[in-house]
Amino acid sequence: MNKIKEAFQKHPKAFIPFITSGDPDLETTKKLIVAMAEAGAAVVELGIPFSDPVAEGEVIQAANMRALSKGCTTDKIFDMIKEVRTLTDVPLVFLTYVNPIFTYGVEKFYTKCEEVGVYGTIVPDVPFEEKAELLEAATKHGVDIISLIAPTSDARIKMIAKEATGYVYVVSSLGVTGVRSNITTDIGAIVEQIREVTDTPVAIGFGISTPEQAAAMAKVSDGAIVGSAIVKIVGEHGKDSVEPVREYVKQMVAAVEGV
Amino acid sequence: MTKGRYGIHGGQYIPETLMNAVLELEKAYEFYKNDPEFLNELQALYREYANRPSLLYYAEKMTNDLGGAKIYLKREDLNHTGAHKINNVLGQCLLAKKMGKKRVIAETGAGQHGVATATVAALMGMDCVVYMGKEDTERQALNVFRMELLGAKVVAVESGTQTLKDAVNEAMRVWTAQVEDTFYVLGSVMGPHPYPEMVRDFQKVIGKEVKEQMLAKEGRLPDAVIACVGGGSNAMGLFYDFIPDEEVELIGVEAAGRGVNTAETAATIARGSEGIFHGMKSYFMQDEYGQIAPVYSISAGLDYPGIGPEHAYLHDIGRAKYVPCTDDESVEAFEYLSRMEGIIPAVESAHALSYAMKLAPTLSKDKIIVVNLSGRGDKDVAAIARYKGVNLHE
Repeated sequence: MNKIKEAFQKHPKAFIPFITSGDPDLETTKKLIVAMAEAGAAVVELGIPFSDPVAEGEVIQAANMRALSKGCTTDKIFDMIKEVRTLTDVPLVFLTYVNPIFTYGVEKFYTKCEEVGVYGTIVPDVPFEEKAELLEAATKHGVDIISLIAPTSDARIKMIAKEATGYVYVVSSLGVTGVRSNITTDIGAIVEQIREVTDTPVAIGFGISTPEQAAAMAKVSDGAIVGSAIVKIVGEHGKDSVEPVREYVKQMVAAVEGV
Repeated sequence: MTKGRYGIHGGQYIPETLMNAVLELEKAYEFYKNDPEFLNELQALYREYANRPSLLYYAEKMTNDLGGAKIYLKREDLNHTGAHKINNVLGQCLLAKKMGKKRVIAETGAGQHGVATATVAALMGMDCVVYMGKEDTERQALNVFRMELLGAKVVAVESGTQTLKDAVNEAMRVWTAQVEDTFYVLGSVMGPHPYPEMVRDFQKVIGKEVKEQMLAKEGRLPDAVIACVGGGSNAMGLFYDFIPDEEVELIGVEAAGRGVNTAETAATIARGSEGIFHGMKSYFMQDEYGQIAPVYSISAGLDYPGIGPEHAYLHDIGRAKYVPCTDDESVEAFEYLSRMEGIIPAVESAHALSYAMKLAPTLSKDKIIVVNLSGRGDKDVAAIARYKGVNLHE
């Protein structure tokens, strides 16, 4: 069975943390993945850093710059994941921009994903209309293209959801990633429309940082995705971020699974 | 292949949050580009506000001095706000108005597009915020103050390399957050469809006028037309009407910075490779992992790591040729035109001039070349003084 599907069966309310690979270094990334898996993460999203992350707010932009300045590359990330696979089988999903994949070679990229055990990719600058850029190679190698749905998607919601694989990533708010005190979008209505056309699980991300917010999001969907709040801890604690991140994820998993 | 393609280039590689806004823009543009009332209004603005048609000036002294082909200058520098940028901004802001948008945002490099946007926003009573790389706000401090005088807010972008590409990143980020009431006035023939096509359509008046003026003055088409290329809007505007005229050579001049073989360059066709960035597939300056490379040019307007998709296509099919010009060569051309013809060109346009100065002496006297003088050089005077080590006490 598809590993992502399996993860959502095991965790009907899934907590999905995100970190940027190579921030502050790949050794720490490896430890963070293991710690987050042990803390109960259903899936882990790994950023491949990009020089110009246009969908990211300041926190994740800074993490991208830290990772790149330390010499993190796509090849080194694949090598790191190979090592991680001896320690945990938590489903991994990449989040990156289309240029690093395109320049690496789309076929070569997804071949490597299959080889090391990355089961999905989230590419914010490839909308539904341009999906063909990646779809064939991804499908061939059993990697899900995870679709994003935004508060502005309106009539596009069903079109996107119908073809969704892995999970549907619902963007909670307008704008870029980053912690928000309030999420005002009517997420429930969006999720309802998605559910009308697909059984693919739905997870909500962007702006979530507190256990209360995560629980509220998990209540109306199948899971909550948290990036900036974790990346901020990594930014503050660097190599010593493994334990604080583990504690944070534990608390968030409890909140999400408790609904 | 999806919409807005030029060969394999172009497309719509943007976040889902922006898709409906871009589709709405596309639909509006498809309608208004054929709407006689819209086109009449735009023509009236070009004529009455922007000072079009711009002159096609025979640079006789320069021609005699170089001793070869006849050189004509298309005087886009005489447009209101001093550059070709106003052509596009009048078009986009008029469209924004028709779409009921009351707020515009723009990115700017040298500041010319920002000044043009601030100007037209003032004219049309719209709120305007301009994103500009911090380094550029320092290189072009006068233009920052100019935009503020016009009532715009200028935001200095401190991320990345603090230049044009980062200004585009930030404008896109802000647009994602404010997409419901904000129109993004993109300044070049780049970005997701329909921008490359729409900006080219608003700029193609340049080439159309050159054609008419040249036929009136010389009774024939020129042998070559030359323009500088960053994103490539003044070049695309000049080239477009000449594309079917195979006998007219189309030459784009890229900023080579300190040299096309150095790390400090912005010559995308010479040094870049195929990629997907800022909404489009095209050529970009990047490393083997697709990280966008820092680029450099003395000219803030050409300091961009990509090129518009239609230029990438014209390069692929061999219809247009792209050549590099260094900082030194452009400064030499900047000074040359100032002294020879009494015209101070924008340092961007000086790149195109520099190539014309190389080309003209190699051609016979019955040949004709047209250089697009895309902007005036007042904004660059302080930077050129710095470059030459002259200390101005402003």
